[in-house]
Amino acid sequence: MKNQTIFFKNNILVMDTATIVGPKEHEGPLGVYFDKDIEDDLLGQKTFEYAEIMLHTTVIKYLLNKTKLKQDDIDMCFCGDLMDGIIACNYAMRNFSIPFMGLFNACATFGEAVILGSVMLDSGHADRIICSTSSHFSTAERQFRNPLELGTQRTPLSQTTVTGAGATLLNKKFGKIAVECATIGRVIDYGVKDANDMGAAMAPAARETLLSHLEATGRSPSYYDLILTGDLGKAGSNLLRILMKEKGVILGDNYNDCGAMMFIGDQEKIGQGGSGPACVNVTFNGYVYKKMMSGELTKVLLIPTGALLSKISNLQGETIPSIAHAISFVRKAEFQ
Amino acid sequence: MNEPNQEYLKLVRKTMPKTKHFSTLLRAFLVGGTICSIGQGINDIYTLVFKDMPKEDITAITLLTIIFITAVLTGFGVYDKIGAFGGAGSIIPITGFANAVVSPAMERKQEGIILGLCDNMFSVAGPVIVFGISSSVLVGIIALIFKSWFI
Repeated sequence: MKNQTIFFKNNILVMDTATIVGPKEHEGPLGVYFDKDIEDDLLGQKTFEYAEIMLHTTVIKYLLNKTKLKQDDIDMCFCGDLMDGIIACNYAMRNFSIPFMGLFNACATFGEAVILGSVMLDSGHADRIICSTSSHFSTAERQFRNPLELGTQRTPLSQTTVTGAGATLLNKKFGKIAVECATIGRVIDYGVKDANDMGAAMAPAARETLLSHLEATGRSPSYYDLILTGDLGKAGSNLLRILMKEKGVILGDNYNDCGAMMFIGDQEKIGQGGSGPACVNVTFNGYVYKKMMSGELTKVLLIPTGALLSKISNLQGETIPSIAHAISFVRKAEFQ
Repeated sequence: MNEPNQEYLKLVRKTMPKTKHFSTLLRAFLVGGTICSIGQGINDIYTLVFKDMPKEDITAITLLTIIFITAVLTGFGVYDKIGAFGGAGSIIPITGFANAVVSPAMERKQEGIILGLCDNMFSVAGPVIVFGISSSVLVGIIALIFKSWFI
């Protein structure tokens, strides 16, 4: 492995995807690209935690229905979420008899899941793998920030956790979109301490990974139709542009950020944009997947970013370490 | 250990958006002022209605009324919107304290009455109580010393 990058020898294809989002996400600019949306973010459950578990369960069931596969056809699930002890996916997997591995890379979990799933397929140990992540605004808010009903003001830097879940089915036979190569990130910490300023904490990690990826592949950013970072937010993605410019790499109009694309509305309410493991997940599985299937995009670089902090580390005055993985997706013409 | 990258932190301070102090201060002033005016209004009404009641008791029932209104507004999910608009203007009056007690209590009810609701009721307001009580004790001791010296 050179420059942290894996080139897959086999065709690792995205067979199908499934997404469910909350009401706010559905109203956003990407709303039309999502498969399903929920009107009540409690899903008729008693607690928000259980609502997220339901969300995660439903998205995997929906993906199985969509592809007309049975649970026995799936060799493995790589799942993750944001809650303590990743309970959303751990509890969701009670409902399935599929071998399961739980992952945590904060908001970059989807990237981790897809890379591990692709490696597993490439090595020939599995034929079909589901990669899924979920997050919920209300569970994240009470875990990382304040009680929901507490009357506090958002800082202009804060981000809104995306309510939603998404799942990707990877296999080696069917599908038009291939996972071509992936760059595994290193943990980067430049010393940002403000837990509200996750964009600034994660931007250096995104830069390191993107630079390694470009070096390993010998490409320039213009090679891709779309470079999409996870959830740096509006100000964070602007910061990444500045950071890349320092290294002599100019990010053009083909660069965007999932968090910045997710919501519509003023900064007072949504802050810098979306975040959470579901943010990059539903953006890829909804928006990017459909755009690639229709042929509007052929080469996409997805860079999920994650701020690896907990409430305790933050209270103890620790800085925020961050990670970013990069995955290159290519639309395969010969499979059309 | 990871050394903080000072150059980067300087860049972050320069480029990231900052709180618009003028507008937030103005809104805090308006919201805080409105809450206090409502409190004064309630106080005046009580003074008119209960003519024989001493002034201290009028103040006490005014506070109780405002706290009750805040608790109800928090329960219906209105006070957090006022807080999002007014910031410190809604935190500093006693209504902010009521909201800080009711909101975690509401949220933690799911984890049970004793270990959930009661345990977390003061998770936000706790520091206020600790500093309130300890500073009142401190001020009391100082007052005692000065009184015995000078009077």
